[in-house]
Amino acid sequence: MSIINSTNAWVHGVFPQKISFVHLMDNLPIGVVLLSRERRVVYINSAMEGLTGFERSQVLGKKCAHFLRGNQCMIGCPLAQLENERESLVFEGNIIDHNRQKIETRHTLARLVDASGETQGYIEVVEDLRTIKRAGRQEIRTEFLGNILGNCPEMQKVFSLVPVIGQTDSSVLITGETGTGKDLLAEAIHQHSPRAKGPFIKVNCGALPETLLESELFGHKKGAFTGATQDKPGWFKLANNGTLFLTEIGDLPLSLQVKLLTFLDDKVIYPLGSTKGVQVNVRVIAATHRNLEEMVRLGTFRQDLLFRLNVIRVHLPPLRERGDDVRLLLYHFLNQFSEELKKDVHTFSPQALNVLLNYTYPGNVRELRNIVEYALAICDGNQIGLEHLPAYLRTSSEPALSPLNNLNHPSLVDSGTDSGTEAKPKTWSDMEKEMILKALVEAGGKKALAAKRLGWGRSTLWRKMKKYNLD
Amino acid sequence: MDKILMPIFEHDIAPRFDLATEVIIVELDEHKKIKNQKTIVMPHASAEELCALILKEDINVVLCNGIEDEYYQYLRWKKIKVYDSIMDSYNNALNAYILGEKLGG
Repeated sequence: MSIINSTNAWVHGVFPQKISFVHLMDNLPIGVVLLSRERRVVYINSAMEGLTGFERSQVLGKKCAHFLRGNQCMIGCPLAQLENERESLVFEGNIIDHNRQKIETRHTLARLVDASGETQGYIEVVEDLRTIKRAGRQEIRTEFLGNILGNCPEMQKVFSLVPVIGQTDSSVLITGETGTGKDLLAEAIHQHSPRAKGPFIKVNCGALPETLLESELFGHKKGAFTGATQDKPGWFKLANNGTLFLTEIGDLPLSLQVKLLTFLDDKVIYPLGSTKGVQVNVRVIAATHRNLEEMVRLGTFRQDLLFRLNVIRVHLPPLRERGDDVRLLLYHFLNQFSEELKKDVHTFSPQALNVLLNYTYPGNVRELRNIVEYALAICDGNQIGLEHLPAYLRTSSEPALSPLNNLNHPSLVDSGTDSGTEAKPKTWSDMEKEMILKALVEAGGKKALAAKRLGWGRSTLWRKMKKYNLD
Repeated sequence: MDKILMPIFEHDIAPRFDLATEVIIVELDEHKKIKNQKTIVMPHASAEELCALILKEDINVVLCNGIEDEYYQYLRWKKIKVYDSIMDSYNNALNAYILGEKLGG
């Protein structure tokens, strides 16, 4: 099979001079794959590499179904319909990418014909529908941006900033406590920017060891280290013409802080094992719940990097400072989970609502969401009552305190309450752990039966057991 | 001795683990010769049920193509070697495994 590259593939007859085919395709913000008559991969563009996580060299000559791994491929190849019936075909489905994630997609297929109308191959365009679907599920009538809800003045201020930030190309630093919606805000900024059609890639800087993170971020050349059997593009390259969201930037090792700084300065990345830089067009959004100024003082974060990232700074307020947004979010999640769990629960009892409105939510929106999900899961009536709330919320008539208060939220600890004299309050995790143990005991230790009792798949039970060290 | 499971689609490794309704189970002896081989047709496609079958059959190697991370991690946790992103016929995949060649992406 012939290899298409920038030196041998040209488009003739469109412009006075032939133009580079590869250049044309790689600048499209949407995934494109060209297939031979035998339905084997002839070419994929850069956006398709970003969407699927496969490099061009890995999939050339492979059967289309083997590369795309779409659900439709297993039912009956959609290309067969093109043979006899029509010129093009559009359908929705899903694929599994190289990172083993299932992605909702829209596919457009068309025949490629020669001058006599004979099929010479096929073109398939694949769109990522994840963000569109998520936005479509949003129904509540209020001020929202992407999936972020809020009516309080602080959030209104953030909402009004997002379109403005979207139109600039500067680096953004998002700060805020855990669970305040930093990830959603980063995605909203991307969606409101001219890069919206390009990739949005999220990398957790604290999730990988330093050496692996460097290779994941900046890529490597074949032979750069033991096990580097082929070139790897890295997230920066895959995010070309899009946005790279670096979450937990405070956890980025110092050595990589230097490399990131170099990129922010000249927009060039240097893959591991390569002396030649690669120019990429990527906007960086960073987020952290840490105090970076304090980290600079302690020498664990570079001051010059902070200055570069701090071009635009957005702070997300904690939920306890958002006033009546708590009520808005409570009802929003109640309606959302009622629909998902197919339950007819749309109200809270006055007592339950009182406890929920007076709680300080150190885990912010994420904690509130988990509380509503838990309450709805165990609610067997048509109203959330006090008895459906997690135990740590109902053990005291005083405003409830979460164990998170004792960790790293000094502003909350200083509330004048002596939490040390109370019995250790339970978290959502404690409750879930108890549910798992109870189900396992009732099932006589049989995990399959316990999973069935909990209404989960076996692998979900396994994942949660692993999370709570119950294996 | 290895006991290998391959979800298949026609003559190939099935593009999707969760949508495969047919699997081949191959037992190798200590010299890596095929000792036993059988095909199982499942009543419907289900990644959960495929995982259950893998455990029930005491499989220790899975050769597959597209698999969701949840099932991949689960099988790995069960001490099963999983080679994914194999874009080939099941015969080629099995031969490559027997010869110790690189498998998948």
